[in-house]
Amino acid sequence: MSSAELPSAIEAPPGHSLWADARSRLRANRAAMASLFILGLIAVVCVLGPLFSPHGYDQVYQEYMRVPPSLEPYPREDDLAAELDRALRRTGVTATALAIDGDRVIATLESDAPIDPRIQRHLERSGAFGSAAVALPAEGATSATATLTVNRHLFPFGTESNGRDLMTRVFVGGQVSLLIGLLATAVSLVIGVAYGAIAGYFGGSIDNAMMRLVDILYSLPFMFFVILLMVFFGRNFVLVFVAIGAIEWLDMARIVRGQTLSLKRREFVQAAHAMGVRAGGILRRHVIPNALGPVVVYMTLLVPKVILLESFLSFLGLGVQEPLTSWGTLIADGARNIQQAPWMLVFPAAFLVTTLMCLNFIGDGLRDALDPKDR
Amino acid sequence: MIAYIVRRLLSAIPTLFVIVTIAFFLIRVAPGGPFDLERPLQATVMANLERMFHLNEPLLTQYWLYLQNILSGDFGPSFIYRDFTVAELILDGLPVSIQLGGCALLLAIGIGVPAGTLAAIRQNSPADHAVMGIAMLGVTIPNFVLAPLLSLVLGVYLQWLPAGGWGGGAIENKILPIVTLAMLQIAVIARLTRGSMLEALRSDHVRTARAYGLPERTVVIVHALRGALLPVVSYLGPAAAALLTGSVVIEVIFEVPGVGRYFVQGALNRDYTLVMGTVVLLASFIVLFNLVVDILYGLLDPRVRYE
Repeated sequence: MSSAELPSAIEAPPGHSLWADARSRLRANRAAMASLFILGLIAVVCVLGPLFSPHGYDQVYQEYMRVPPSLEPYPREDDLAAELDRALRRTGVTATALAIDGDRVIATLESDAPIDPRIQRHLERSGAFGSAAVALPAEGATSATATLTVNRHLFPFGTESNGRDLMTRVFVGGQVSLLIGLLATAVSLVIGVAYGAIAGYFGGSIDNAMMRLVDILYSLPFMFFVILLMVFFGRNFVLVFVAIGAIEWLDMARIVRGQTLSLKRREFVQAAHAMGVRAGGILRRHVIPNALGPVVVYMTLLVPKVILLESFLSFLGLGVQEPLTSWGTLIADGARNIQQAPWMLVFPAAFLVTTLMCLNFIGDGLRDALDPKDR
Repeated sequence: MIAYIVRRLLSAIPTLFVIVTIAFFLIRVAPGGPFDLERPLQATVMANLERMFHLNEPLLTQYWLYLQNILSGDFGPSFIYRDFTVAELILDGLPVSIQLGGCALLLAIGIGVPAGTLAAIRQNSPADHAVMGIAMLGVTIPNFVLAPLLSLVLGVYLQWLPAGGWGGGAIENKILPIVTLAMLQIAVIARLTRGSMLEALRSDHVRTARAYGLPERTVVIVHALRGALLPVVSYLGPAAAALLTGSVVIEVIFEVPGVGRYFVQGALNRDYTLVMGTVVLLASFIVLFNLVVDILYGLLDPRVRYE
């Protein structure tokens, strides 16, 4: 039976497994390959981005609430005088002349009363300036020269309503959203495949009862389930998404059951049965691997569904808790500030939509690759 | 046919019963109650409230009581919206939701089916790519992104339509909610129609019809589209039930007084009777529209027999 007994003179043509065929067909699908690349890029940026970002995702810059996205660092040169005035407020000291020299600002300070050199602390308290040095010409002088270094911050996506860097938050939110999508999909995959395979394989009244349960679960309002789960598991987000995976398995179970029904009548399953392989073994070795094609396709389409669901829950205010964030939470924030700060919606939404679109293209591509009858 | 409909409706009763039972016990085992406020109520007040709504009795008694009540058409008072019964709340909001959802549904069918058919007839043409590209956007842009964007562009920048608010139900306030609701459905229907149409155009009976020399228009509309609509119809069943019972997102963003928000508010506030009302509402719509789907199936596909 083993291949070693075959005459070696006959060179068998290299075999094409279903998966090898599918892989080459998928490679030829430009939209799917581009999507795969973009999706990988988004994942890498979301994971590595926060590590290289100068801003923490929960770092608040009170001076920069809802500043628009810009590739030029803040504070702007025009804003420096106003920043300086703000820092000197209620000190009785005013800045009269201002010279900007790269990262340094040289300001002339004037006051009616003698200037206290401790004014330096007021200047350093402002987030816009780093260190400040105040040079008094003489003890008790009413004018002085202050040399300040400017703290320059880059906010390429702008900041949100609490003055946190939107770009870092979009990346961190992406980690959360992608992780949730994968986690819930994995759970629904395990439950759905096991449930569908068992129902389909044993058939008869077991199948009837199991699928009737699926039908009933289908008719319950989904939101009702989700909110109940949020209530049960409190704010433990990971548990909630394990639970959401646990209710998203219904379609998966139907798909696997359908596949199993047709697979179990095939000769190789009957042969395994005749050789005394037990039901569990047949399911694991013969039925499930052969049903994986549609499962993989459905899985790629389930990830965006779960990510969308997470965003939807966040939109209702049931999402991850501050200061942690997710694309859905950011979008909900953006929707509330849409008129004053449209970028708060645009950036997270662009990331979300691109990700969903890539996943959909990959799913479509996989379907075409694994089920060539459509072409 | 009528016997079939009656039989189907009768067989829905046990399904609804099971759904009501599951929902009743699920919401009751959830921690928290309708009268849990930030500041706890006094014990006597709480006891009185619980007595008033029979919450102090054993769960099975309450369940039995609830079954009796809904059989006589009484869905009970809402716990959170004082002075309103659940039936009043739902009957107030439902016409609005049905109107918006119905318009969105018609819009979706009216645009989605022709667009999908066009894409299938001209497969791989620029028209096909355009339709499928737009459909992909429609599928992936969630309504809570689309709604604020539309209201920003059409409402604030261009000032064509009111940016938000209900305005007592004026027509121009309904356009954005309907368009937002319809967008996803247009995209899904166009994709479904294109897929099944491609298959139908290659089928034997369409080739036969062409061989008879029928005009292309007849071949496509009468012979191919009829069969190709089957997957669209089965998608539309549950989708219509969901559309007509309102959408939380749309109702929150556009301040629409529909029933969609009750699904979320009821469960969040543990407004037991309101939750049960929404559960029964959605389940009945799903049962009803599954029946409509099966009847339409029979009309579209003569091989289907009502048994």
